Order: sequence, then C-alpha cells, then structure tokens
Amino acid sequence: MSQRVTVVENILNANDQIAEQNMAQLEASGVTAVNLMASPGAGKTSLILSTVDRLVRRLRLGVVEGDTAPVTIDSERVLAKGIPAVQINTGGGCHLDAVMLQSALTQLDLDQLDLLIVENVGNLVCPANFRLGAQRNVLIASVPEGDDKPYKYPGMYRGVDALVINKIDLLPYTPFDMDYFCRGVEMLNPGLATFPLSCRTGEGLDDWIDWLVEQVRARRRV
Amino acid sequence: MHELSVTENILAIALKHAEKARAQRVTDLYLVIGQMASIVDDSVQFYWDIISAGTPAEGARLHFQRVPTELQCLNCNRRYAPADDDFACPDCRSQQIRVVAGEEFYLDAIEIE
Repeated sequence: MSQRVTVVENILNANDQIAEQNMAQLEASGVTAVNLMASPGAGKTSLILSTVDRLVRRLRLGVVEGDTAPVTIDSERVLAKGIPAVQINTGGGCHLDAVMLQSALTQLDLDQLDLLIVENVGNLVCPANFRLGAQRNVLIASVPEGDDKPYKYPGMYRGVDALVINKIDLLPYTPFDMDYFCRGVEMLNPGLATFPLSCRTGEGLDDWIDWLVEQVRARRRV
Repeated sequence: MHELSVTENILAIALKHAEKARAQRVTDLYLVIGQMASIVDDSVQFYWDIISAGTPAEGARLHFQRVPTELQCLNCNRRYAPADDDFACPDCRSQQIRVVAGEEFYLDAIEIE
C-alpha cells in the first residue's frame, strides 16, 4: 500500500546546518569570514594577495584556499606573506562545502584572527548553492569574462553581499558594456556594494579595503 | 560534479523521512527545482541509480518539477518570464523587479510502502 509523505525540505539543508555552526564558531571568536567566489582566472588569488599587502599591518589575517587538485601554488604564495593559510583540496570537486570549511577552521587559531578570507573553487555555478557559514559572500567578476554574466548566472549574483569587478584596466580593450552589466546586477541584487578595481594597477582597491575593514569593525573594534 | 553531492543529500532526506514513517521502501520522490538552481535532471538521475542501490530507496522514481524563472515588475506589477539577456519589464521597461519563482530547491514529498 502506497502512502504519500510530505517532506518540503531544502535539499541542501544538511549543508546549511553545518554552515550555521561554522558561522556561530566564527562569531564566538570575533572573526569575520569572507567567502570569495569567481570563475577561474577572475583574480581570486590576486585580490587576496593585494588585500593581504594592504591589511597585514592593520588586521590579523588568515586564508583558506580551496583547490580542486593538491597543488600548493596559491597557499604558498599566501604563506610567503607571513600569514596563516590552510589549503582545502576538494579532490576534483567543483565547490567548497560547509563540512570542508568546518575542518579547515579546526586548523586555525581563530582567537588570533580578525579576518578570514576563504577562496572558493573557481566556478560560477555550484558555490552559489553551498553556503559555507562565512558572514559575507563576495563575487569577483572580471572584465574579460564579458558583460553578460549576471544574465547567465543569476543565482550567483543573487546571493552575494558584495561584488568586485576586477581588471578594469582592460576596459579600453574590450567591448565590455559596464552599464549593461551593472543593470543586470542591480535588478538581481538591488543596492549591491560594487567595487570596480584592478589588482594589477591598484586602481579602486582602497574602496574594497575600506569595505572589508568596515565588515570587521562591525564585529570587533580595530 | 555538484549533482553528486546534491543527489546524496536527496537520498539522505528521503531515507530520514521514510524511516520516521516506518516505511519498508521509497517508491517515488517529488523534487521541486527552480530554473535558477542550476541542476541537471539527467545527471541527478545518473547518480541516483548508483547511490540508491542497496538502500530502501533503490529503484525509486525521481519526479522533477521544474519551476521557470518568473519576475514581477515593482512598477506596474506585471509578472513575466525574463528574456535570456534582459530582465527589465517588457511593458514599462522598469528595472525594479523582484524574483517570484525560479529559486526553488527542495524535496516536496515521497511515496512510501
């Protein structure tokens, strides 16, 4: 005899619950975590290195690096700056999930950190679905990717707290239409904090840094 | 690739509710997935056949209810399906919109025996 049972449960409920635990742990230690998402090559590592250079004397920083393969190029570049870095190897997986961050958090002395930057796996699809428990989710778009990305990946643009538009030094050389791009963003995520910048020239980085410091300050006096 | 972890979650939720209802087996799962959720049905089905094997949900049928993206204009209240490259209201061209549907991502119900 067949019977219908109502479930109505979010498919990623289990992940979301671990994400909540992660956030509670971060909050208890006064750490602000930022989940950086982007497609491969948008400049996640470059933005982290530029950010570390500007903040290393003002805030106690830590970095979690998500990689699909056990290559340590990115985390070594961060460690070379003298700040703690933990690498998560997803073994080919296309995104970080809350359990992976949970295990990374055990490898860090959270009480000694103000800001934890989490570099997600380069991908514009899956990371949007898997919450980590970072208090802020940030997307890095970049000029060479094209101005149509908000329209093609609305899920990603819907769920973020800030948007970095990297490589603006390339604007004169591409057909990237900033108005068209920003119109899509504004419709999906009205009032989204947006930072056009270039990690290469340094243009626009100050506003991004100010925003980050503001997020930390809300949690801890620095 | 993320369909594997999604499918594992679907199985875990179904088995949890089946156990609670003291079911012998799960025969059908009803999934509601919005267009913006970026899930490929065929891929979920592929993983489902593998990971459900040997569980009380082995061989259960997956029913996908896909919910198309629907926006509502905050200016004239028109509801519409957006074009691929333009989200603005087709009537009044307003860019003040809200998402009405398309972000669903849940297991609605199961059928058990």
